[in-house]
Amino acid sequence: MMPELGKYAAEVLAAYGVSLLLLAGLVGLSLNKGRKARATLADIEARKDG
Amino acid sequence: MIALLRRDLMLAFRAGGGFGLGLAFFLIVTVLVPFSVGPHPDLLGTIAPGVLWLGALLACLLSLDRLLALDYEDGTLDLLATAPLPLEAALSVKALSHWVTTGLPLVLAAPVLGVMLNLAPSGYLWLVASLGLGTPALSVIGTFGAALTVGIKRGGLLMSLLVLPLYVPTLIFGAEAARRGAMGLDATTPLTLLAGITFGTIALMPFASAAVLRMTLR
Amino acid sequence: MSLWEYANPVKFLGLSARVQPYVWGGAALCLIVGLGWGFFGTPDDYRQGSTVKIIYLHVPAALMAINAWFMMLVASLVWLIRRHHVSALAAKAAAPVGVTMTVIALITGAIWGQPMWGTWWAWDPRLTSFLILFLFYLGYIALWEAVEDPDTAADLTSVLCLVGSVFAVLSRYAVKFWNQGLHQGTSVPLATGGRTVSDVFFYPLLISMVGFGLLFLALVLYRTGTEIRLRRARALLARSERGA
Repeated sequence: MMPELGKYAAEVLAAYGVSLLLLAGLVGLSLNKGRKARATLADIEARKDG
Repeated sequence: MIALLRRDLMLAFRAGGGFGLGLAFFLIVTVLVPFSVGPHPDLLGTIAPGVLWLGALLACLLSLDRLLALDYEDGTLDLLATAPLPLEAALSVKALSHWVTTGLPLVLAAPVLGVMLNLAPSGYLWLVASLGLGTPALSVIGTFGAALTVGIKRGGLLMSLLVLPLYVPTLIFGAEAARRGAMGLDATTPLTLLAGITFGTIALMPFASAAVLRMTLR
Repeated sequence: MSLWEYANPVKFLGLSARVQPYVWGGAALCLIVGLGWGFFGTPDDYRQGSTVKIIYLHVPAALMAINAWFMMLVASLVWLIRRHHVSALAAKAAAPVGVTMTVIALITGAIWGQPMWGTWWAWDPRLTSFLILFLFYLGYIALWEAVEDPDTAADLTSVLCLVGSVFAVLSRYAVKFWNQGLHQGTSVPLATGGRTVSDVFFYPLLISMVGFGLLFLALVLYRTGTEIRLRRARALLARSERGA
């Protein structure tokens, strides 16, 4: 299943690993911030109405 | 405008005005270089043009802080913004006074420091020419950075982060001109490009500087 | 029904919510297909061996790093001219995505370069220009964080983006002048329609580029929504404090 990466296996895997990690981190942090923002806004709006 | 220039120059030359600090910093950095790379004369001579350019650039950067900060704090900037003199002109004058009090002394001091770093004989003229041509650009670009961060508490470090990338083209062409001159090669191409940057920034940056200053003062 | 309708935050959030599932889905699909095909299904390069597989990350990331800044530039101009908050917030939202793309481009570039050039970092014009772009991104993000008033922050960062763009272009030429460089020519000169990368690599690369582009769009839509909500929360808080 894994292609024959030969002598550059470490480099290629490192490149993919770092990139996917950074992208995952970016998406994760963005989603997290978004969730918190929604919660904060909902909270304030509830207090304002209630 | 002349009045503004005279006022800024007087403030700078007065005791506590900060004049000479840029020069002192330039000297100290130059002295530190042999300690960090070793005293070998050939090496020093090779890196002298670049190191002197970098030292001058950093000295300019350090004295940008006080360019607008003091006037912001005591309300002078608000007065300048509402005065009949266009803010663009006022900021050009400020950049000019910065150059006269910081850039120009550096240009004049550079040959002396060049001796300490074993600069090649053919390099002196080009070093002074490139610094003389390039330091006004540094003042004008720096004024923009100062205007951008004037309202921010302890904005000095942020200003450096913003201004240093803007300094890259000036540094590249200026140091390249000095380097080629020191190697005895023709340095007119980088020098011309440097001149282009200087004249372009002198003409255009004041508009950007005034715009951001007005935004902060609003 | 013009594009400017979506300058209204509520309309923007509505459209964004409807569109996002497709954009996220499209991004995931293209990334999986593009990167998967590239990683598993393409041969090694004669000269570069398996490191050529890094192209499917490096080129799309580098492209998006530049496109992100360009989008920020346009959004900044719209804010300065038409004062639409959604535009200013979109620029703010895009910056971290852009900086991540830049970092990916730099790291994959360095890793790719190491076996080819024999060095972990080379002051090659393209890599150096990306390093400078990285610094511009940092400055932009730092300025947003440093200024207290949100509208002033939007103003200042917009001008910084403008001025930065001019200097970024200047730097690109200065850096080229400064060091003629090791980088190959453009992999996909789309303008001329020709390409220097052979077909077998081209299609996975294209799909990856689309994938990165869709991911950028998805993230910016989502993050702008977040900024809009935070802004509304701050406004409501300020209003209630004044009332109380």
